Amino acid sequence: MKISRMLAVATLAALALTSCAPPTSNNAASTQDDKTGTLRVWLFSEVNQDPKSAVVNATIKEFEATHKDVKVDVQYIPVDTRAEKFKAAFNDPSSAPDVAEYGNTDLASYVAAGGLADITSSIKSWDEGKDLDPKVLATTALDGKNYGVPWFVGVRALYFRTDILKAAGVEVPKTMAEIETAARAVRAKNPGMLGISVGGKAQFSAMPYLWAHGGAIAADTNGTFSSKLDTPESQAGIAAYTNLMKDDICPAQTCAEFGGNASVQQFIAGKAGMTIGGDFNYKAIAASEFKDKFGVVPVPGVEAGSIAPAFAGGNNLGVFKSSKKSTLSNEFVQALASKKSQLAMFDAMGNLPTFTDVQKSVAEENPYVAPFIDTIAAGTNFVPITSTWSTVDAKGLFTNMYQQVVTGKADVPTAAKDTTAAMNKIFEAK
Amino acid sequence: MTLQLPAKPSLQEPKPATPSPRRTKRRGGVSRFEHWLYLAPALIVLIALMGYPLFQLVNVSLYDYRQDQVSGNAPLDFIGLENYRTLMADPEFWQVLANTVIFASACVILTLVTGSALAVLATRLRPWVRNTLFAVSLGAWATPAVTGSAVWLFLFDPTQGLINKMLAGIGLSQFVDHSWTYEKWSAFGLVASEVVWCSFPFVMVTVYAGIQAIPTEVIEAARLDGASMPRIFSNIMLPMLRPIVIIVTIQSIIWNFKIFSQIYIMTSGGGIAGQNMVLNVYGYQQAFAASLYGLGSALGVIMTVLLLVITLVYLRLLKRSGEVL
Repeated sequence: MKISRMLAVATLAALALTSCAPPTSNNAASTQDDKTGTLRVWLFSEVNQDPKSAVVNATIKEFEATHKDVKVDVQYIPVDTRAEKFKAAFNDPSSAPDVAEYGNTDLASYVAAGGLADITSSIKSWDEGKDLDPKVLATTALDGKNYGVPWFVGVRALYFRTDILKAAGVEVPKTMAEIETAARAVRAKNPGMLGISVGGKAQFSAMPYLWAHGGAIAADTNGTFSSKLDTPESQAGIAAYTNLMKDDICPAQTCAEFGGNASVQQFIAGKAGMTIGGDFNYKAIAASEFKDKFGVVPVPGVEAGSIAPAFAGGNNLGVFKSSKKSTLSNEFVQALASKKSQLAMFDAMGNLPTFTDVQKSVAEENPYVAPFIDTIAAGTNFVPITSTWSTVDAKGLFTNMYQQVVTGKADVPTAAKDTTAAMNKIFEAK
Repeated sequence: MTLQLPAKPSLQEPKPATPSPRRTKRRGGVSRFEHWLYLAPALIVLIALMGYPLFQLVNVSLYDYRQDQVSGNAPLDFIGLENYRTLMADPEFWQVLANTVIFASACVILTLVTGSALAVLATRLRPWVRNTLFAVSLGAWATPAVTGSAVWLFLFDPTQGLINKMLAGIGLSQFVDHSWTYEKWSAFGLVASEVVWCSFPFVMVTVYAGIQAIPTEVIEAARLDGASMPRIFSNIMLPMLRPIVIIVTIQSIIWNFKIFSQIYIMTSGGGIAGQNMVLNVYGYQQAFAASLYGLGSALGVIMTVLLLVITLVYLRLLKRSGEVL
């Protein structure tokens, strides 16, 4: 048979080659430090691209004017396919940019891949650097080294419909328990509406519940992570969140599959009394049909008057380790992340600044950002900063736990225990 | 139409009783290698395009090969069969494998049954009806998997979908806001319908072409003897269509075991809490999303071996039943 003979040939060829290991690349830090030439920059493309481009172009114009023989070449890359882009850049340093914008949850895996340069000293010597919000700056640090400058932060707060709450006869919730009762009252009054639109896949809405109850995703002991989802406090937080996805508030049939965006979409479509949404959702909500009938407050904690710790999302600007223009790169990062540029970005895009003083001035002039700034001021929290978190995230372990509880496939203790075990296995595999 | 068929292709290749005199004359020392010379272009292309990637797939599956290793930030360790052992010990893998086998088998059977039934029906239709049927189903076949999945998802959307609105419209109130992807098997059923929808046309057109190639006298003779249509199909057409049915079955098996886009899009990456995960999506999740290239490659190898085994067993069974291959 021809096929078997061909297989034999292929096997022989394979045997001859088995001594070869799969290919690896070399991301050693470059010793070269050119002061002229083209600086390659990757930024994320936006749905509403023009305002972002305008701010970036203005910064570049100024930068090129003060740096002789330097040209900045910006490429806007789509957020959805960033993983492939960044991995390709790590695998082939010659196609990598010098400076890049990246999501702060991706940081640890990029550092582990050896792609990002340690820029701690450059932040320290930067005159504006000392005003950076320390909680936010901490999200760029791994083992005490900073691998990026926070460009903007994103936090979530509680959006509610003033008219719907009033009709249902409930006050704006002041505790997490009140969110549940208010949501139930809304749905009882309007059976076609979700009391609060939350989702089984909306992990950043679930995290404040976990943290407000004193729970944690994982504990870090000298760089070794262990999951803490099965502690009584964490389980209380998981239960409080999943209790919202009941038939009398946000039925699992509808809400189990929602991610953060989908749940906010329901609110924008006027199909929900409340939702947990980000500052980045504000413009879309303010453009909806009920634009003068909604309000925003920080997500309340367990006790009245407290604020639940929010997830500090946001994007950083970092320098690639393989860059041959490290000084220039750092200067450009500081130009783009400067107070001036961040203010311009806030005006253009509504991105929340990362400097404490800029946050304050912005909140004073724009009352609508106050709930978000208050949330940041009350203290934020973050996902475990370890490269293994991206594996946990890719496998959807954290959201699977919520979905299992919501769909009744497992109760809270079982789901929490199983997820803790699965997560620990990944943490240990490092 | 893209399919061009000779007027009356004979399905069974007539076997030469004796080797032709020219060939015997040519059997000399040099010409023993002559067939390799003719094969060389195809072999070179095959080895370059299939052999090498396959070799690298097996090779990578034997290493602890993650993003850190690829970008040279961690040492590369040869771990032998450790990746395979990890998979074998993982109950999730077995669950995914079971899902894949059940889902793919259902898709194969439904595709073949639908395609063959419509092919037989097509022979009985007026030309313009038949051409309309073909044109419409070729449209489904030509639709890219991603587009098809998205459109189906639109149609079956819980709140805005046409299907739910229609069902609710005829008084079935339980379908108001009904989520088709909430239950595991309901979600698999929905995806399977989409898969059958976009793959039955291939079976239909191929089988129809096969039926057209059957000499009309044979069928006429059977009809004169009083055979019914189902009888004609099972006792006359099917045996004569064997070679074609074998091809479309193997194609369907391979195609349906490798389903990726439909599951990935319609169940948003594997369903609620991963209930609709199939091997290929699982492999993608491990290899690319989680950057566990070694583990993902091991999954790829298992997939390849599985498909080879299924195909070989299928061919073997046919051979035993006396079919000339």
